[in-house]
Order: sequence, then C-alpha cells, then structure tokens
Amino acid sequence: MYLGKVVGNVVCNIQNAALDGRTFLLVKRLPRGPVVVAVDAVGAGPGETVYVCRGKEASFPFLPAEVPTETTIVAIVDPVATK
Amino acid sequence: MIIARVVDNVVATRKHDSHAGQIILLVQPLDLKGQDMGDPIVAFDAVSAGIGDRVLVVQEGFSAMTSVGRKDSPIDASVIGVIDLVELS
Repeated sequence: MYLGKVVGNVVCNIQNAALDGRTFLLVKRLPRGPVVVAVDAVGAGPGETVYVCRGKEASFPFLPAEVPTETTIVAIVDPVATK
Repeated sequence: MIIARVVDNVVATRKHDSHAGQIILLVQPLDLKGQDMGDPIVAFDAVSAGIGDRVLVVQEGFSAMTSVGRKDSPIDASVIGVIDLVELS
C-alpha cells in the first residue's frame, strides 16, 4: 500500500461488466511517484490524500464480485494526519 | 521482505471496514547502509512497532493479511518484525 493524492478521474464507455458502477480515479503516488488509475472503494474525491492497495488483494473490497483491478483506493487519510 | 524505518502513523477515519481497529504505519524502505531507498509504503502493524524503529516488512498479500489476522482484506504490506541487528559478512 502507499499514499497518494487523487488528481482526477477516468470514464470508460465500454468496460468489463464487473466494473460497471465503479469509479476510476487518477492517483499520484506521494511524494514524487507516477500517476496510476485506481478503482475507488471508499468514495474518495479530487484533492484527497488516500492510500491504495495493490495486487490481487485490491479486488477484495468488492467480494463476492470479482472485479478486475490491480490498484484500489481503500482509505481516505484524515487531513490532520497529512503532512 | 524488506528492511524499513517507521516514520509516521497514518490515520484514516473513512476506510474499508476490515481495516477498522488496525494500526497503520508509514514506513520508509532502507538500503543496507541505512539510507532511504525509494518512496514510503503504508503497512499494517503486526508487532506493535514504534516510530523510529527499524523493521521487517512483508509486501505480499497473503503474508500481510494473515499477520494481522484479516483474511480477504485489501492489505498488501505489514510490519512483521522489529530488527535488533543486521550483520553483513
């Protein structure tokens, strides 16, 4: 898992059916990493600091649905804890 | 597994239900000289490590989940040891 900032979102007209209704957000790794597309599991929004889970475990928040994601936002970090 | 130093706590009120009650740490990976290497990682704490401790971190889902007793939880890293000594031969 790592910290990131939500910097935007992505919309797909055609996508895997298991992804229907899911939100794709652009997450920039902190402090200086790349931007990746992550599926949102907690209702994060632009400008918020979050942490993401990677790998097979990234699909666990959506069980029993099997969502094809390798990066998922699993928490919004509280502003007071953000440096 | 990697060697890292605990640099901070992470506080998140809104998070996945299975993360409730867990201690979440920000850890900085280290090289063998003890210098920072790469970007920090968010890891769960399975051993009650403190800020400044040099620790052992797993970055694989099954190990991370089982070490904190959370099966089928979105966790991919956890602190599983506090390092006393690293000896290079």
